[in-house]
Amino acid sequence: MQRALISGIAVATICSAIGLFLVLRKHSLFGDAMSHVAFGGLSIGLFLNLYPTWTAYAFTLIAALGITKMTDSIKIPPDSSVAILLSSGLATGIVLISLSGGYSLDLFSFLFGSILLISTQDTITIVFLSISILSIIVIMYRRLMYITFDDKQARVSGINVKFANYIFIVLAAITVVTSIRLVGVLLISALIVLPNITAILFGKGFKKTAVISVGIAVVSVVLGIIISYLANVAPAGAIVLTSVAIFLCTIVTREIRKSIRSGKITEPNVHNRSH
Amino acid sequence: MLNLTSANPIVEIDHLSYWYDSSFLSLDDISFVMEQADLLGIIGPNGAGKTTLFNCILGILPDYRGTVKLFGKEIMKNRKVLLSNVGYVPQHTSIEQSFPANIEEIISFGLLGSLEKFSRSYAKDQVHKAMQIVGLTDKKNKRFNELSGGQQQRVLIAKAMVHNPKLLILDEPTSGIDEDTQDKFYDLIRKLNAEEKISIILSSHDLDAISKLANKVACINRKMHFHGDAKDFFGDENMLKTYYESAMQAHLRLHQFNAKSNPQNVPST
Repeated sequence: MQRALISGIAVATICSAIGLFLVLRKHSLFGDAMSHVAFGGLSIGLFLNLYPTWTAYAFTLIAALGITKMTDSIKIPPDSSVAILLSSGLATGIVLISLSGGYSLDLFSFLFGSILLISTQDTITIVFLSISILSIIVIMYRRLMYITFDDKQARVSGINVKFANYIFIVLAAITVVTSIRLVGVLLISALIVLPNITAILFGKGFKKTAVISVGIAVVSVVLGIIISYLANVAPAGAIVLTSVAIFLCTIVTREIRKSIRSGKITEPNVHNRSH
Repeated sequence: MLNLTSANPIVEIDHLSYWYDSSFLSLDDISFVMEQADLLGIIGPNGAGKTTLFNCILGILPDYRGTVKLFGKEIMKNRKVLLSNVGYVPQHTSIEQSFPANIEEIISFGLLGSLEKFSRSYAKDQVHKAMQIVGLTDKKNKRFNELSGGQQQRVLIAKAMVHNPKLLILDEPTSGIDEDTQDKFYDLIRKLNAEEKISIILSSHDLDAISKLANKVACINRKMHFHGDAKDFFGDENMLKTYYESAMQAHLRLHQFNAKSNPQNVPST
């Protein structure tokens, strides 16, 4: 439980930090696509009897950089590059699974997450990678923010947009593979998108939005793990559903406040009650 | 530091031509010189090559033919140094409206590309000064999408001038903005040119505004049709007639190009 909470908090932090830029660049599904590529990479590892996490890192990095290079040089629309990544990753996985005679327990744990079974070695790796990713984001965050705001203006200002984008893609790929142990291939994009969408609804300023988003992600993960422990349900599902619940509560609260402000709903007035 | 005297032109364009995909000639043999403290209005119809010209000046389109010099030096040979003296405001439509950064954060982007390393307090002072010049000090914690179109353009101007540039390039900055706001915006442009001594290149379809603001005019429609004093251009009826005729021709040419490259998206006329 302790290891699950530590790695959960680390992964929540990097997912929401990377996710903020992905969401604002309208690449919300990029995380989903990379997780499917990681699935292909995991299958390669299991098929070749190598350590699957490392083959997932290698395969995802190569695919992410390759598709970015292709998008740059032959101008593929971003949503199409997501579709190419997603389907090719999944197809690789399916072919290798069928060749190796069906699904193994390991593969299921990657598909749906297995945070409660995480080892001390995995926790150390996740925390180390998370600190490294977060440090690079903190160093580059103003440049990434400017590129996300308007890449043409950033280029005119002398920022090396291409280089910054490649670094960002590498960080995003590592984040996705690192996070797969927590929520699994199928639910990773929820952790990247939901806290950010919620934070953007009421964040005043980029920095504040990022902090709120990290806060929501951490609360979702901690609550999700506790709920899964108490109710004996799958932790990945509990984490994502907690995140969805926070998102829905935010929208409902926001709409009620809007209605109160515009006068559609009146607050209870005790003075009008008859005695 | 660049030495800018009136003997040194700010912008020198010599026989500049640009083709898109080696097939569409967007700029054809354009030449002109801009002196310090000029306010140059670039006019021309849609598709005339105004944005292409800016992209060549800013080094965004490096594969042009001809020469583009800023502050006496070739742009592509020393792009970073030269652009640290340039502020650029793009067309209004290219900005993502739901971006959560506040005004202070957006204006501070302008300091990122500068070659000078600013201390945090100096950077804050510069941002505050830029906000004061454009009259947005009270809006510093607002998000970009909470401002009106005119206020958003003021933010982009403040961002473009926060690092004290010598030259401001404004690409159709008032498109989609109501008339009252446009007037206030033009007052700001006049003030920056007269009081802050910033040389300005401004492209616009608003001939009335250009006639009131600019001391120099360049009328382009792929080719250079006129370059000189604004009063000479606006005082010549034949010149204005030629402008409107070439605007119509450009519209037809653009329509034909779009029809050729993407037949489904071109409405029938």
